[in-house]
Amino acid sequence: MSDTIGTGRSRIAGIYDDVRARVTGGSLGSLPVVVGLVLIWGIFQALNPSFLSADNLVNLTLQCAAVGTIAIGVVLVLLLGQIDLSVGSVSGLSAAILGVGLTQLGWPLALTILFALLTGVAIGLLYGFLFTRFGVPSFIITLAGLLGILGLQLKVLGPTGSINIPFDSPIVLFAQSWFLPPWLAYGVSALWAGGMFVSAVLRQRRRRRAGLSTSSLGWQAAKAGGLLLLCAAAVTYLATDRGVGVMFVFFIGLVIVMDVVLTRTRWGREVYAVGGSVEAARRAGIRVDRVYISVFVLCSTFAVVGGILAAGRLSSASLSSGGGDTNLNAIAAAVIGGTSLFGGRGSAWSALLGIAVIQSISNGLTLLNLDSSIRYMITGGVLLLAVIIDSISRKSRAAHGQA
Amino acid sequence: MSVEAVAPLPERLPPDRVPVLSMRGISKSFGKVQALTDIHLDIYAGEVVAIVGDNGAGKSTLVKILAGVHPADDGDIEFDAQPVTIPDPTASRALGIATVFQDLALCDNLDVVANLFLGREIVGAALEEEEMEKRAWELLRQLSARIASVRVPIAALSGGQRQTVAIARSLIGDPRVVILDEPTAALGVAQTAEVLNLIERLRERGHGVVLISHNMADVQAVADRIVVLRLGRNNGDFLAPDVSYEDIIAAITGATEHARPLPDPPLPAPRRIGPAR
Repeated sequence: MSDTIGTGRSRIAGIYDDVRARVTGGSLGSLPVVVGLVLIWGIFQALNPSFLSADNLVNLTLQCAAVGTIAIGVVLVLLLGQIDLSVGSVSGLSAAILGVGLTQLGWPLALTILFALLTGVAIGLLYGFLFTRFGVPSFIITLAGLLGILGLQLKVLGPTGSINIPFDSPIVLFAQSWFLPPWLAYGVSALWAGGMFVSAVLRQRRRRRAGLSTSSLGWQAAKAGGLLLLCAAAVTYLATDRGVGVMFVFFIGLVIVMDVVLTRTRWGREVYAVGGSVEAARRAGIRVDRVYISVFVLCSTFAVVGGILAAGRLSSASLSSGGGDTNLNAIAAAVIGGTSLFGGRGSAWSALLGIAVIQSISNGLTLLNLDSSIRYMITGGVLLLAVIIDSISRKSRAAHGQA
Repeated sequence: MSVEAVAPLPERLPPDRVPVLSMRGISKSFGKVQALTDIHLDIYAGEVVAIVGDNGAGKSTLVKILAGVHPADDGDIEFDAQPVTIPDPTASRALGIATVFQDLALCDNLDVVANLFLGREIVGAALEEEEMEKRAWELLRQLSARIASVRVPIAALSGGQRQTVAIARSLIGDPRVVILDEPTAALGVAQTAEVLNLIERLRERGHGVVLISHNMADVQAVADRIVVLRLGRNNGDFLAPDVSYEDIIAAITGATEHARPLPDPPLPAPRRIGPAR
């Protein structure tokens, strides 16, 4: 048995082996999507120089936030190897609740949002109950939910079918016109990179205390430094236009929180375990039903939050809120971002990466004045590509005896 | 019945020693199928008991009763001389019975540490990964396990290594009795040797080990006592050094109805089937 406490040389060799094993062994993680994103940006910039302008990138960040938030929830259900097809309808319903609550009923904003969130929780509980009690496939449950909740959305909206949310409402300001001042954006970036580095140092210290192998701090410092530089560059560039949107920061914050919850808590571990093997999880004493229910609840709740953000950004709730491609974009984002459809593999970051790809394509094609017919076809092609990569890496894992 | 007349390893164990786990008169049926009838089984600490028998002899049913998958219809189970019931898997674990099923039940996508501590994670403010990793190494060292890294996903391990992880996992709660269901069934020669070594480690650590196996060579290599089941009944309880391969096979197949009357009446004379002329 070899503990992996090694000399510098063997450590470098180890890192190299690790990277090579990952690439050839099919656990590519987020590498393909990052490469894809760079390619897409390069192509659109070549076709239309205003694509990478600060103005357009600010728009892009704001376009990402709403559907991206929905995609976080989709990542969770995909991690369990399940699906939620109704996230679009749920986000539409939450937009309708927001509109009706704020304007027709005159509820305060906090109460309206709370009510919408509770609606999401209730929908998730219902899905979870149906799934765990009757064993109906989540595909069918949420397909029924897609229709049923769409109906509910129409009912809530009433005969007018479209409600404008006042422009001075904080939710609209939050989604449209609140931007971090540059000093604060730099501060947040520094906090993020610093937090990452401090947590790496602390982990290092705990590992040393436990007598375990340690990786070099230099690498961690380089990672944190790289992140800081990247953020600072982005902030500086975006600040030449409106800056970093508060809504986008909120979305990134949700991703980070979800990532920490998934990787550092017992619940997160249970989600991955259930996604990997339900039977193994059950035998290990994990209350599988609770995991399913909690994930369905979280997914619907994220869909509600996404719906509220979308309604704020459009400052309206209508029949088409959450309709069209919202649903499929959210699901496609999670898959394109690298979360496996087969369960157990993926991370919260796939929501961010995936939605960045989808919105970049959509935004770039709009800049080129291409019809939405083309946009749909290209997005469909990219989704197909992502699923093919997922399937190939799964096969490759099997071929390398790793599945 | 001669089964109980066999003294529990007189040369190795003091006579007043009580079994950790004792089953008396266990019966279990599934509908009309009588899977187990009046089974007796004693398991002592630091002893490897092999349960052998042909397909359908009731080995798996017996294991499932101990693991709490199926409750027994009839009979008594004593743990440390206290009568107990095992209605579900949680109760089995709580008693200190760890079962390693044939299909291992590991999560391929999680690493060795996560699998070892699945369902029993050490949690402070967050998951205590370092503490779990440290204990994982300690445990694997005690078992002399050949695993190079505990941070690789299970999917990357060989069959023998997976079996090792599954067995090591069963030891996390420090059980009194470890049940291994066909641990060598799918393994090659070297990997089988590895797992048999592991079973000896378990005995040294003082666990009572129940080994279910089809492979007589493995059974004779590690077992202290061999319990034979046939058609859902006890059909012999041998001390491993005293018994030959032929005796065990005979008891398994029923060639000798080991000190027990034939369970079934003799078959009726063959009758001719077909149109009578």
